Amino acid sequence: METFLGIDYPTLWYLVVGLLFSGYAVLEGFDYGAGSWHLFFKKDLSRRIAINAIGPLWDANQVWLIIGGGALFAGFPVMYATMLSAMYIPFMLFLLLLVLRSSAIKFRSAEKMLWWRKTWDIVYFGSNVLIAFLLGVVLGNVLQGFELHENFSYKGGIFFAFLSPYAIMAGFTTLSLFMTQGAIFLLLKTEGRLHARLTFLLKKGMIFFISSFAITSLYTLIFIHGVTDKFKEQPLFFILPILAFLAVANVPRLVSKKKYFQALIFSSLTMAFLLMLVAFQLYPVLLPSTIDPTYSVTIYNAASSQKSLGIMLTMVVVGAPLLAGYLIFLYKTFNGKVQLDDTSY
Amino acid sequence: MDVEILARIQFAFTIAFHYIYPPLSIGIGLIMVIMEGLYLKTGNKQYEILTRFWLKIFAITFGIGVATGIIMEFEFGTNWAVYSRYVGDIFGSALAAEGLFAFGLESTFLGILLFGWNRVSPKVHFFSTIMVFFGSMFSAVWIVVANSWQQTPAGYHIVGEGFNARAEVTDFWAMVFNPSSVDRIIHVWQGAFLAGTFLVLSVHAYYLLKGRYIEISKKAFKIALAVATIFSLTQLLSGHSSADGVAVNQPAKLAAMEGHYDKSAPADMYLFGWVNNDTQEVTGIKIPKGLSFLVHQDFEEPITGLNAFPENERPGQVNAVFQFYHIMVSIGIFLIGLTLYASFLWWRGTLFEKKWLLKIFAFAVLLPQIANQVGWFAAEMGRQPWIVYGHLRTDEGFSQEVSANQILFSLILFLVVYAVLFLLFIYSVNKKIKHGPYDEAKNPDEFLKYV
Repeated sequence: METFLGIDYPTLWYLVVGLLFSGYAVLEGFDYGAGSWHLFFKKDLSRRIAINAIGPLWDANQVWLIIGGGALFAGFPVMYATMLSAMYIPFMLFLLLLVLRSSAIKFRSAEKMLWWRKTWDIVYFGSNVLIAFLLGVVLGNVLQGFELHENFSYKGGIFFAFLSPYAIMAGFTTLSLFMTQGAIFLLLKTEGRLHARLTFLLKKGMIFFISSFAITSLYTLIFIHGVTDKFKEQPLFFILPILAFLAVANVPRLVSKKKYFQALIFSSLTMAFLLMLVAFQLYPVLLPSTIDPTYSVTIYNAASSQKSLGIMLTMVVVGAPLLAGYLIFLYKTFNGKVQLDDTSY
Repeated sequence: MDVEILARIQFAFTIAFHYIYPPLSIGIGLIMVIMEGLYLKTGNKQYEILTRFWLKIFAITFGIGVATGIIMEFEFGTNWAVYSRYVGDIFGSALAAEGLFAFGLESTFLGILLFGWNRVSPKVHFFSTIMVFFGSMFSAVWIVVANSWQQTPAGYHIVGEGFNARAEVTDFWAMVFNPSSVDRIIHVWQGAFLAGTFLVLSVHAYYLLKGRYIEISKKAFKIALAVATIFSLTQLLSGHSSADGVAVNQPAKLAAMEGHYDKSAPADMYLFGWVNNDTQEVTGIKIPKGLSFLVHQDFEEPITGLNAFPENERPGQVNAVFQFYHIMVSIGIFLIGLTLYASFLWWRGTLFEKKWLLKIFAFAVLLPQIANQVGWFAAEMGRQPWIVYGHLRTDEGFSQEVSANQILFSLILFLVVYAVLFLLFIYSVNKKIKHGPYDEAKNPDEFLKYV
């Protein structure tokens, strides 16, 4: 098998996909999170400011989902096909909610009628909350494993099986993490009374996050089989949960010092460490089979050919700096507090 | 209904709905680049007003295009899992390239295009417009490459057997430049330019008829007419070149397009007609042996007909392919006539005096849209029964794990949400058109000066 710097291609691609989904979680995390506070703001102006805080950015942030999905399809077609067809209902709901969410952003402020704005506010809030929740649910399902038989054929329940207690817990944890991230982002972008209100809301969000995170972690350790095996083999990686914990603990400290940008960095790091934890724990498995470990989808039996992975790794080497350049330019252009003008939503 | 049919209906519906928007974005993008370029070059504020106006319509179109496009990206996995595993090695790299090189470009610069008027210099803004336009063109490239590979696979080999069989890339550039991709990319681009320019023509024809925004509408109409005339003509060439490719690479599809059944005989070309698949006869008006002439420049040269293929290896819906193809061609010819005549009047200086012609232009916006849709239907139904031509059948490609009820459930949701979305699209575009490019109430003096 071909390698680069001593790492085989499927592992490299695993890192690429992991990085893309981490980027998606961090960036769309604050988008979905900001939207999940939407109905907590009472005044129409506050709601408009909150939407326009993500206004010029969310399209670019969504690119991470699109590239992440493409990267999964390209590098691990078996994983892409197996996961999406087995998780048919949650993914279809997720996709439709994405459509509703972008419609709400575009159309909400297009009319002045009260009923119009109220309806879209509910659609916007609901879609953000449910998207964040569903992402956690899917992650929970992956961690628990699927009923995969030979040739990756899924034999589990097809309509409501995805809503297991563990998946629901993971859903709430993701939602709370995104809400924390979203509140910090909005603190960066707002001023005045809305800002004061957000400081208050962020505290609630942190409590929501810490409690749901504690419950889910405890449940994982007790009920999910073999999660600690990896760490027993390689104790060095215990550093990941410790880092995640330190990053979380740092967020309230920075917020109280009004260092919102640093707080956003640390809450992003929390997400990144948690995802690294999951990635490390699963590796090289992508989708565990609950029937027999030999039926699991791994990065080796799911991967595209060496040739194809090589081509795509080259693309990433060329494309990633370009993309980073565009994003930096965009974020620099829209740095600072939200100011509504005639081009705003 | 069975899973295969439902999965096909769902895919056809979601892709057809999606395909209303990206061609409009590409076409309007081209017009915006020209308008904003003229504004920077001449400093004439009328062009700025036009750019800002079309940007508003572009924003809605682009937004719905992205939202409905994400669904397509994941629908391969949900509904067509076997197919996804089969083509992932090849298709995936095209999709990844699309995300990395095209979609990243357009979506990032879109933020600056829409909200950056007061934050960046006019030149940087113009640069962003160009980048968004290029991004949307590149997107089309990679998507059409992937689709063309399904029609005319190249640069690959098949590895494994039965369930584990899949295509793996052996030569990336041969895959990208497979026999049909270049022709089809150009054909799709031009179809998109026409869709966008005809919307511009329609809106400004409407203003001219209503006597509103006369000055700027004349300017916009001329720009769009010039672009539309050029691409109506070149579209005929790319269509012809594309058909030549189909004759070589997908003879069964070509035969279905003209309802040609004889194993090997000179083939007719119909202006219109009706195919009876049972009697294998076509009723209609034809140019005898016209297809032979078109493909081989020789009326007597034989063309492979549908009967040269086993019943289960040729398109089943021959009449549908025939009709879709002929609607597309008829519209194409009509658009050439329309734009050439209008250009002739422009040259004579009487273009804006012909009310009836402006009325035709006001409604003609639908024609390129219809041609784009039916063109794709002809291309995809003509590819049947193959999902990957010659290798994987459509009835083998769908997700084995998914039940008919699941697809039905999601299909109904899509129907409802998309119906609402379509109404919102029409409503808000209509509102923007009624409101017009310039707010007369806000700055009445400026309005008189420029418009």
